[in-house]
Amino acid sequence: MSTLTDFAAGIAAGAIRVVDLTHTLDPDFPVIILPPEFGQCARFRMEEISAYDHRGPAWKWHNLTLSEHTGTHFDAPSHWISGRDVPNGSVDEIPVDMFVGPVVVIDCSEGAAKDDDYELTPEVITAWEAEHGQIPADAWVLMRTDWSKRRGEAYLNMTDDGPHSPGPTPAAMRLLVEERNIRGFGTETVGTDAGQGMHYTPPYPAHFILHGAGKYGLQCLANLDQLPATGAVLMAPPLKIKNGTGSPLRVMAMVEDKS
Amino acid sequence: MTNPLSPPPRKNPQIRSVVPTQPLEIRSRAAVGLTACAAEGRFALQTCVECGTVQYPPRDACCNCLGVELPWRDITPFGELLAETTVQTSVNSYFRERAPWRMGSVKLDAGPTVLCHLHGDIEPRARVKMINRLDKAGQGVIMALPMERTPNMEDDPILRAISCDPKLRRVLIADGRNPNAPALVKVLKDAGATMIFVGEAESWRPNPNRALMPDAEILPLDVTDTASVKELAGEIGGKVDILINNARFLRPGGALARGDTGWARDEMEVNYLGLMRLAQAFGPGMCARTADGVNSAVAWVNILSVNALANDPSFGSFCASQAAALSLSQSLRGEFRSSGLRVMNVFVGPTDDEWHQPLPPPKVPPAGLARSVVQGLRDGLEDVYCGDIAKETAARHAENPKVLERELTMGGAG
Amino acid sequence: MSKRASYDGVAIVAPFTQPYERYSTQTAHWWIARALRGSLDAAGLKPQDVDGFTVSSFTLFPDTAVGLTQHLGLCVRWLDNVPMGGASGVIALRRAARAVQAGDASIVACCAGDANHVETFRLLLGGFSRFALDASYAYGFGGPNANFALLMDRYMQDYGATREDFGRIAVSQRENALKNPHAVMKKPLTLEQYMSARPIADPVCLFDCVMPVAGSEAFLVMSVEEAEKRGLPYATLSGAIERHNAHSEDPIQMRGGWTVDIGELYGMADCTPQDMDLVQTYDDYPVISMMQMEDLGFCAKGEGPQFVRDHDLTISGDFPHNTSGGQLSAGQAGAAGGFIGLVEAIRQVTQTAGPTQVKDARRALVSGFGMINYDRGVCSSAAILEGKA
Repeated sequence: MSTLTDFAAGIAAGAIRVVDLTHTLDPDFPVIILPPEFGQCARFRMEEISAYDHRGPAWKWHNLTLSEHTGTHFDAPSHWISGRDVPNGSVDEIPVDMFVGPVVVIDCSEGAAKDDDYELTPEVITAWEAEHGQIPADAWVLMRTDWSKRRGEAYLNMTDDGPHSPGPTPAAMRLLVEERNIRGFGTETVGTDAGQGMHYTPPYPAHFILHGAGKYGLQCLANLDQLPATGAVLMAPPLKIKNGTGSPLRVMAMVEDKS
Repeated sequence: MTNPLSPPPRKNPQIRSVVPTQPLEIRSRAAVGLTACAAEGRFALQTCVECGTVQYPPRDACCNCLGVELPWRDITPFGELLAETTVQTSVNSYFRERAPWRMGSVKLDAGPTVLCHLHGDIEPRARVKMINRLDKAGQGVIMALPMERTPNMEDDPILRAISCDPKLRRVLIADGRNPNAPALVKVLKDAGATMIFVGEAESWRPNPNRALMPDAEILPLDVTDTASVKELAGEIGGKVDILINNARFLRPGGALARGDTGWARDEMEVNYLGLMRLAQAFGPGMCARTADGVNSAVAWVNILSVNALANDPSFGSFCASQAAALSLSQSLRGEFRSSGLRVMNVFVGPTDDEWHQPLPPPKVPPAGLARSVVQGLRDGLEDVYCGDIAKETAARHAENPKVLERELTMGGAG
Repeated sequence: MSKRASYDGVAIVAPFTQPYERYSTQTAHWWIARALRGSLDAAGLKPQDVDGFTVSSFTLFPDTAVGLTQHLGLCVRWLDNVPMGGASGVIALRRAARAVQAGDASIVACCAGDANHVETFRLLLGGFSRFALDASYAYGFGGPNANFALLMDRYMQDYGATREDFGRIAVSQRENALKNPHAVMKKPLTLEQYMSARPIADPVCLFDCVMPVAGSEAFLVMSVEEAEKRGLPYATLSGAIERHNAHSEDPIQMRGGWTVDIGELYGMADCTPQDMDLVQTYDDYPVISMMQMEDLGFCAKGEGPQFVRDHDLTISGDFPHNTSGGQLSAGQAGAAGGFIGLVEAIRQVTQTAGPTQVKDARRALVSGFGMINYDRGVCSSAAILEGKA
């Protein structure tokens, strides 16, 4: 038990920093946009039930409406057709120890600053590994692009041929999933895939490959620039929704500052 | 000629806003027939089926033959001014505040003598043209106009009081993404609106309409988001004189074609609850400002599908949301009643946009819709039917709603 | 049409006016009770002696004549509600006279009165008639001022009347009113003041309008034998007419219903307009008095303006008119405005008018006009009263 005692003491002393990787749930926060003939992701909405008034004199509370995939959220394997038959594929079935684990951060911010359609390729991954060592099995891999610092229209970055934002290539996803056997993949953009991800084979490779292999996704993350490339621990527990394919959640990382 | 209205000075914050008052509202049931005609801008009077005598004031039995079938029929709207007066004082606060008020008696070519409002440009004993309009009590009233247009005639204070003219008024258009938004901005600008606010939801998505609305001030407004609606009302609610609710969510299909309630929920969120959110946020402020001088709050406009009256199953769920909005608009008429704020519903058939693309013509183009909105405001109407399909559907509905329902639901033959 | 029977044998007695007040907190019930009591006292009668009763009032609601019988403790065998506004005095008299002639009642009290609280006039206007609500008040809500302004405007255009002509009527009546201690208007009125008064509903200005007041009027109708037995001065009824909704084909009212029946009126009374010693017209606005002068045969249609220029309308003049000051100067006490001229005429022909007495007045013409239901007055009435020489 001394590990946990030390852990708590480390947080209290500031030796372990807790970094919030979550965007505020806000009606104005972008959600993924699909062609209008498809069903759409619900925006976050909050309706007052009462506010210390005639509807409830001493209390204030709200009803919320939102999608499983609104705001900073978790994708379970059952979210994608490739993962529909994966065991424990929905958020309520995933073993809870999957929600805490090691995390590595691949910094693509420089490339993403130059190219809205920046691709995370196997070459980028291997170059990163050359510097930081091989990505450990069962780790979360987060793609840092600093996209979370964008606001408004620049975030989805929609043009007439759809959104433009960075993301992984199919080969990169196969490398991470099939060869490194990661736990999950996370991004700062609205999805784990690139804005133009539908044009890859398979389309939306991050979703297709991750979930087909029973891996998880995180998107709309923030503050990745506050994480080290390696050594941090991620906490990402989705709500326990029966047969849920995902969930908005609070994502935190614990970082042990090297002294 | 009429003195042209001048733009009002900025409001003096030390002077209390004039509280809305009303002309007399009470009417007999028969007289409300005049109101029903005024709601559509028709000049009609009761006409005896048996002997053809035109009746006025409205009656329950013919003053010539005691016949009791007295339908309202459009009649020739001309007459001769018999006598006039200018009321300088009244025991009624509404008219006292607005004195002097010119009225007179006119012998109609169709027979009866009517007491009516008189436009200021009418000469004594002149031939006149009659119109039937809604007053601030929401009741039909008759006004005599000069036979020919006169300069600035729409600025006559009485005519202004029974119209909702956008001239020198400030307008909020709720949905800047709707294809009709640029056309609305343009006609309102041409009609002399001084400020045109346009709401825009989800500024994080591109809006190609933006570039087409250089005369508008684009402001964030999402009718599905209570906080957003309240926030905008907090900012500009005190200067919205006309609110045009053009927000619309539409997808094809009824209950079975969809298999879920997702779009239906969106339709209700935008088309029904959106209207309610706008009304809750903007309604009270507008109601308080209906007597606020030249740029007083004057009208609430809803753009509705004519299939709010009778469902078209190919857009069955959407039509249900339109019926809900129509019903709510009737409630709003009751709730706005004491303020005199007009609720104008503009009913349209298929509009010329992406969701009606597979349908054959005729379809209502954005510019046509926008013209109907402005004309309806100028005429102070409550019900406007824009385009041939809307007019025909409304006529069929008036004839026999059950027959129309059958025609629309039997497929193809309607 | 058969000739109507005469009113022989009918006596009109005990005219009584309860002095008017501009505003009063009292109710119509109170005012009518005061007038009835005053009339009965004048005749030396008790309420129990009354077996017939007519009431005219706008402010009795929710009561009618029925409620008043119980309220005032009257047990009558003949009862009438006469809701005809300015025409109601003569009409109540006609009906009471027939009841007495037929033996349906022996002593009929004819009463009219209205309350006037600060709000009364406004509320009264708001509920006047269905046509007024439906088709008149929404147009500036000028009330009767606007209605009479329209008639006056048209009359001036058609017949060249000037405001001075109407002013002559108002000014003469004010002169008469100064002799009536109960008149509400107590200051002299000059033609200059009339002309420069503030506009109310063009061309109607302040002194074309009556002052709404609280007040009441009453008289009794009984047989001549009864009156003589009791030693009461009485007037007789030589003729009386009423007419409703006449000339509906006229696009605007330039004449009243009198024109239909006036020949019969003079025929019954066997006299001519020139035989009248005084005339009491219904005068809520001077223009309608002028029309009555024409329609009652004193001059031809359109000659009213010249007629008032040529005559002195005061008590001592050659055409004594509205000798108590009329409604224009004594005040308009609601439905009692339909009685004011009649009650004054009874006093005049019985030589009991006191300060307003026209010397040697024997024969009086009284006319009534009432109920601007929509664009015109619907009811008209007239009577010729005679007193003993």
